[in-house]
Amino acid sequence: MVAELEFEKPVMELREKIKELKEFTAQSDVDLSSEIEKLEARLEKLENEIYSNIKPWDRVQIARHANRPTTLDYIEHIFTNFIECHGDRYYGDDDAIVSGIAKFRGVPVTVIGHQRGKDTKENIRRNFGMPHPEGYRKALRLMKQADKFNRPIICFIDTKGAYPGKAAEERGQSEAIAKNLFEMAGLSVPVICIVIGEGGSGGALALGVGNYIHMLENSTYSVISPEGAAALLWKDASLAKKAAETMKITAPDLKELGVVDEIIPEVKGGAHKDVGLQAKHIEEVLANSLKLLSTMSSKELIQHRYEKYKRIGQVSFANDLLGVK
Amino acid sequence: MQLKDLFTKPKPKKKKYASIPSEQAKQDVPEGIVIKCPNCKKIMYTKELTKNLKVCMNCSYHHQMNARERISSLFDENSFIEYDKEMISENPLNFPGYEEKLEKDRQKTKQNEAVVTGEGTINGYRTSVAVMDASFRMGSMGSVVGEKITRAIETANEKGLPIIIFTASGGARMQEGVLSLMQMAKTSSALKLFSDNGGLIISVMTHPTTGGVSASFASLGDYNFAEPGALIGFAGRRIIEQTIREELPEDFQTAEFLLKHGQLDAVINRQDLKETLGNILDIHQAGGEITW
Repeated sequence: MVAELEFEKPVMELREKIKELKEFTAQSDVDLSSEIEKLEARLEKLENEIYSNIKPWDRVQIARHANRPTTLDYIEHIFTNFIECHGDRYYGDDDAIVSGIAKFRGVPVTVIGHQRGKDTKENIRRNFGMPHPEGYRKALRLMKQADKFNRPIICFIDTKGAYPGKAAEERGQSEAIAKNLFEMAGLSVPVICIVIGEGGSGGALALGVGNYIHMLENSTYSVISPEGAAALLWKDASLAKKAAETMKITAPDLKELGVVDEIIPEVKGGAHKDVGLQAKHIEEVLANSLKLLSTMSSKELIQHRYEKYKRIGQVSFANDLLGVK
Repeated sequence: MQLKDLFTKPKPKKKKYASIPSEQAKQDVPEGIVIKCPNCKKIMYTKELTKNLKVCMNCSYHHQMNARERISSLFDENSFIEYDKEMISENPLNFPGYEEKLEKDRQKTKQNEAVVTGEGTINGYRTSVAVMDASFRMGSMGSVVGEKITRAIETANEKGLPIIIFTASGGARMQEGVLSLMQMAKTSSALKLFSDNGGLIISVMTHPTTGGVSASFASLGDYNFAEPGALIGFAGRRIIEQTIREELPEDFQTAEFLLKHGQLDAVINRQDLKETLGNILDIHQAGGEITW
């Protein structure tokens, strides 16, 4: 049973009622089909109403849903011939990031993504999808390899952030993230990044310097978690809901800010309701993006990526305001 | 305890070291009809074991394979063409007894040196290959091993083929001194030029891959794989233990240990090797050009 979220309770309740009525009809002689029909119509209306008007905080809940499809789920549905490659060749293998080579519609590609666990045991092994430096260095190793063999790179972003730990600092968490941003800017192959869950801060960005950034409709991307923001700004982590609204972290917000290129529609109620269908939506967008980028030369790809990031940010000049030229 | 006991030396504790495969402890399959698995001690028919790619049916222990067996287990039938078959070692340092030892191993293995190089097809994909053979001088690398591997890389470069290198080596060959050491630089230089030309390098480390071989071409693959349980490392366990005066963990320098420590892309069972290599060669066809 998929755990329900607070905001979709009315839908769930109504669905339960309809089920009860149906069972009742089947067991007894009373015919309730017309009532059921009416209720089903109401359910549809209610669903449309609720799911087309999801509040930022509710999106955070969907993005964090325990059953939300992960990188490996999408790899299974979207790619063939996947071979996972482990290790950074320096220190270790970080299970919080998966990476490997595969084929996308017959074309060789490199796939990299943050990987959360499905249960507590796996989550401990994968550190809840929060990478250490060796994870970023593994990702970079695979990107360099893709560059050498002229394969497009697809990154799935899904992390609360880089792991804030002692060992991570000792091994150079900052350097590892910075090096990825630096090197990704120079990759001569198409790079497409897709935020599939939570895009948390630098830990997300370290897989996120691409020609395109796409976001699933209910995913989030921000400089800090809503809880972290609330704690920093208002010294109260319980104001997370308010922070989620203020910080502009949803896909529509980011599209408006010019950070995100395309919003990938989600299955009604969230990606976890139908992984296969969700994967199809992603596949389509991916194919389109690759098609657009495949016409560019290496130089153009690097320039294209540079310009994408150059555009981001908003500034004005004091002398403009004063009317001074 | 009696008083006099205080003045007697306690018996020295016998230290246990992991055995480095020596001449006697060779895990070669003998010419007998049956063989005992050194891991699980089960006795089985040699032929049955060979048919199972020399992987123990009982405990999955990977017995050592020689170069011929490796090639016939991977390459499509009759596709393999050998390079430089006739190349043999000299005795550059006039090292006493070296020539006799070489001759003995040539008789024993029916091979001229510790590596077989050539090209062939795996699942239809053409590739160059170098397969080291631990049954010849422990697979140690002297001038011939270095030269043959370098030539195989050069041929791959000229023909635009990938190269797959199977390593099995105790390290540099002592009898050729510094010339052996320099083979590390020679092979690595060849790989650098090949790689810069976009060449695909796959390294498969088998038991044992140590010393100068692990510190050169074995570690330079675009993909570094190993067989389960293979001993892989630079310095020997005994030397490390004596240097740091600490006992090392049981799994130290095994393939699984290396995977955990970020040195390998994957540990692959011998039964899956042909499929995985075929898959990688497939993905690297046509240089990954996008055609829509």
